[in-house]
Amino acid sequence: MKSRIILDTKPFHITVQRLCQQLIENHNDFSNSCIIGIQPRGVYLAERLVQELNTYSKKSIEYGRLDNTFYRDDFRSANKPLSPHPTDIDFLIENKNVILIDDVMFTGRTIRAAMDALLDYGRPAKVELMVLVERRFSRELPIQPDYVGLYVDSMEQEKVRVEWKENGGEDKIWIVPKKAIE
Amino acid sequence: MSQLSVKHLLGIKYITTDDIELIFKTADSFKEVINRPIKKVPSLRDTTIVNLFFENSTRTRISFELAQKRLSADVINFSASASSVSKGETLIDTVNNILAMKVDMVVMRHPAPGAPMFLARHVDTQIINAGDGTHEHPTQALLDAYSIREKTGGVKGKKVAIIGDIRHSRVALSNIYCLKKLGAQVKLVGPPTLMPRDIEHLGVEIEYDIRKALAWCDVANVLRIQLERQDIKYFPSLREYALYYGINGNLLSELKKEIVIMHPGPINRGVEISSDAADSGHSIILDQVENGVAIRMAVMYLLSGRKN
Repeated sequence: MKSRIILDTKPFHITVQRLCQQLIENHNDFSNSCIIGIQPRGVYLAERLVQELNTYSKKSIEYGRLDNTFYRDDFRSANKPLSPHPTDIDFLIENKNVILIDDVMFTGRTIRAAMDALLDYGRPAKVELMVLVERRFSRELPIQPDYVGLYVDSMEQEKVRVEWKENGGEDKIWIVPKKAIE
Repeated sequence: MSQLSVKHLLGIKYITTDDIELIFKTADSFKEVINRPIKKVPSLRDTTIVNLFFENSTRTRISFELAQKRLSADVINFSASASSVSKGETLIDTVNNILAMKVDMVVMRHPAPGAPMFLARHVDTQIINAGDGTHEHPTQALLDAYSIREKTGGVKGKKVAIIGDIRHSRVALSNIYCLKKLGAQVKLVGPPTLMPRDIEHLGVEIEYDIRKALAWCDVANVLRIQLERQDIKYFPSLREYALYYGINGNLLSELKKEIVIMHPGPINRGVEISSDAADSGHSIILDQVENGVAIRMAVMYLLSGRKN
């Protein structure tokens, strides 16, 4: 099995643009909405979107980063202890429309943990989920995204990897065999 | 590095610099957790921890218990005075009986130096030393170094004076190991009778003049005079000790520089430190207490998640 690109730089940018427009359609000027990126890799997409959205709206959008490490259910089954990342949400989420953002949706367990973490900060009016890549038919929990950049059908032995400029990559999405990573 | 190199936290002597850095990094995240409206995470909800205290404690015990509750662990508290220890049960028997009830981790304070190491060899569980006699008090040293890092931006290269009853202090020994591992310069200050023999082999300097020491250091960690461990008189009177080695407001204002004052508690006000110094802007004594919870959460989280 070889690594292959499933979304190149140009369509990648178009996809991010489209996700941006979809958010504007549903949230207008974001006066009662906020964006929360899930640590560590959801933050790249969230920051890209916030940057883009801020060019459309006059006032800056409320944006935070959320770490779900302490809420995960694979605390003991992971190969090594999970190390936490910073959480910074310096606004209230009470009664807001929260858009949770992650890069790849697979089993749904990350999102479950993120929702538990989020609810410890207050009671949002509504929580939506946006992912750049949705790996279909691989869900282990009944959780579905509201906004999807790209649908991918992949095998369990494969992994979807998103490269970001901010992370030293080139804004591309890859499918790689799991062994190459481990 | 995302895993501790040790199964137990018995002392700072037995852990690496990487371990200390990992504990600090994890504690940063827990500090954020304990400052939230809901100060609790579900990480250790499947873990039962027993706090075995064979010696009195207020801060450490509350701090450990709070840390365990913030991690959603189940907690059992045990104090020796109200237990079968007074009927003559041995330490190993006591612990094995508790472990038979399916306990995952033991936090122990004991008046005998080495008691946690002894236990770690004989029972099958994870052990955290919460102070063993005059030997080590690792979580205190970690929270002290963490507080220095938070206040001054880093421990490396900092000049730290540890002042007072070095001979009877487990805080001093753990602090020396921890600060040296993190690259600080350490000076011990106190009357010659309270200075352990050959302590300079640990790579520390010794100073008997409090004014010189304060002029030299960035951070002064003031220790409690441990009268309960002093079997003979080590100095003529508490008043004389306070006169020669007590930290007070006048001494600090003479310095005309930024200095950080720490104390592991409980404070003997008017003996090793006066009220005006303990409550001054230099003091980070209460920050130390706050950081204690975050550090203990980090230690228990990392030990519990460790793979053998």
